[in-house]
Amino acid sequence: MRALTWHGKHDVRVETVDDPEILNPRDAIIRITSTAICGSDLHLYDGYIPTMQVGDILGHEFMGEVVETGPGSTLEKGQRVVVPFTIACGSCYHCGKHQYSACDNGNPADNQDIAQFLYGQPMSGLFGYSHMTGGYAGGQAEYVRVPFSDVGPIVVPDGLEDEQVLFLSDILPTGWQAAEYAQIEPGDTVAVWGCGPVGLFAVQSALLMGAERVIAIDHFPHRLELARRFGAETINFEESDTYEALMEMTGGIGPDACIDAVGLEAHGFFLDNVIDQIKASTFLGTDRIHSIRQAIIACRKGGRVSMPAVYGGLVDKFPLGAFMEKGLTLRTGQTHVQHYMPALLNAIVEGKIDTTFLISHRLPLEQAAEGYKMFHDHQNEVTKVVLKPGMAAAA
Amino acid sequence: MPDTRDDIRDDAPLTTAKHGDALDEAKAALVEDRGDSLVGRSVTINRPRAELYAFWRDFARLPAFMENVERVDMLDERTSHWVVKAPGGRTVEWDAVITEDRPGELIAWASTEGADVPNSGRIDFRDAGERGTVVTATILYDPPAGLLGKLIARMFQREPAIQARRDLRRFKQLMETGEIATAARNRRELEEEEEG
Repeated sequence: MRALTWHGKHDVRVETVDDPEILNPRDAIIRITSTAICGSDLHLYDGYIPTMQVGDILGHEFMGEVVETGPGSTLEKGQRVVVPFTIACGSCYHCGKHQYSACDNGNPADNQDIAQFLYGQPMSGLFGYSHMTGGYAGGQAEYVRVPFSDVGPIVVPDGLEDEQVLFLSDILPTGWQAAEYAQIEPGDTVAVWGCGPVGLFAVQSALLMGAERVIAIDHFPHRLELARRFGAETINFEESDTYEALMEMTGGIGPDACIDAVGLEAHGFFLDNVIDQIKASTFLGTDRIHSIRQAIIACRKGGRVSMPAVYGGLVDKFPLGAFMEKGLTLRTGQTHVQHYMPALLNAIVEGKIDTTFLISHRLPLEQAAEGYKMFHDHQNEVTKVVLKPGMAAAA
Repeated sequence: MPDTRDDIRDDAPLTTAKHGDALDEAKAALVEDRGDSLVGRSVTINRPRAELYAFWRDFARLPAFMENVERVDMLDERTSHWVVKAPGGRTVEWDAVITEDRPGELIAWASTEGADVPNSGRIDFRDAGERGTVVTATILYDPPAGLLGKLIARMFQREPAIQARRDLRRFKQLMETGEIATAARNRRELEEEEEG
């Protein structure tokens, strides 16, 4: 089959590799019909993520058609499914509590060691995202092997296009969870840092959950315009002082809930953070912790901070004093995708949520490397690239 | 008067002790004396303890999740013969006899005279309410001297605690999900991994 493989910094290639096969009883093989490039894939592209190996197949936002099933799978050939990016077994203690991204068994035993060492306990496996999170081949390919296919993939009802449901795999549930973790109450003002896909979905979700006002913060005019279309007010941090603006826009109180969706494009694990704290605090630290620091300082007393933004290691100058003195609550974590999929699919079917506005570019899988470069270099215009293995390459 | 003796032990397992006499205490209280390297690991498995005990008690099934163990033959109800992978494509072997067996609770063993790698240990199964069962492996072993011994020692001592932890994770996966998670894409990769 053809697949997008990683070879190093700014070097990804579409190559011919061996087809996947059923290995465990609960496996299924999916023929990919649509697969997106995630902002977090850019961190693999930029070479920030440790435990990558040459030849790794990328991609964790994908869907397709079931073509083969193991004896323990509940899927049937021909069904269309969206696959969650978190690989969860459905039978451990955490899965029982719907904490799917904390699944004990989704990550192969040998690959759990690094995460155990860094974090105390290992998290679930992820598709196409380094060997620390399992080393699983991703979905930017013609076919993929999906473990635990009886609990992960959700079957798409007839009549829905790929693009209406593709983002159930990661970014829609991630934006929704971020808003849920903000514990929104009627009358609340919610501020969202970052208008990438997850930030935009968090804006949409917060309004659906009853926020009276949502204030979106970014510096890309096009992305702020998308947030405004949902009814958000906007702050361009290159034009206005974010803290002053938030205080004035809330009558001197501060937002009731703050969502940091800036670092979110990283599903974690910055090598720099891990092996070189000092470098991280000066290099990555500047931008990435900047948003969470600002969110904590701006948040009203007794307010809530929700952090879908991913941090992999250690941070410097975290405003712990402000956090304690103001009595804030922080909720964060990788998304429990499987928990949110059914309700969000319903919301799509009922027309309450539309995610297709996000897609700015569609390319054949053969042009995936081009897609990475485009997404990397032009973040204002390129909001989402969807790869289609079946689409004919441009001449 | 508060008790101010400085030899009062905390409640942490002996296998996590920083002090040197833990080994002697372990030999006195937990396992037969078969060496000086002590390893202990616990894992919580979301299955009833009777089921976990029953799987483990059939030693011939252990290679399904123990990475280094090539084969275990049951010689009789209490004696087993172990064939374990060693560096350079070699194997090391020993016989082990069950020294204590409490169904649903505990299996303890010790290697017999002439073992390539003398070892002893115990697997405890304890109820953990709605979380299932806590399985604790406590292993004592004595890597032999000599060149082969050094290789074996390196294999066993490389990170014996990590090896034990990985084996227990695979046991958990097998018991909870019915399979052992792998990131291999096809049978060729899976075989390479298993030989790895």
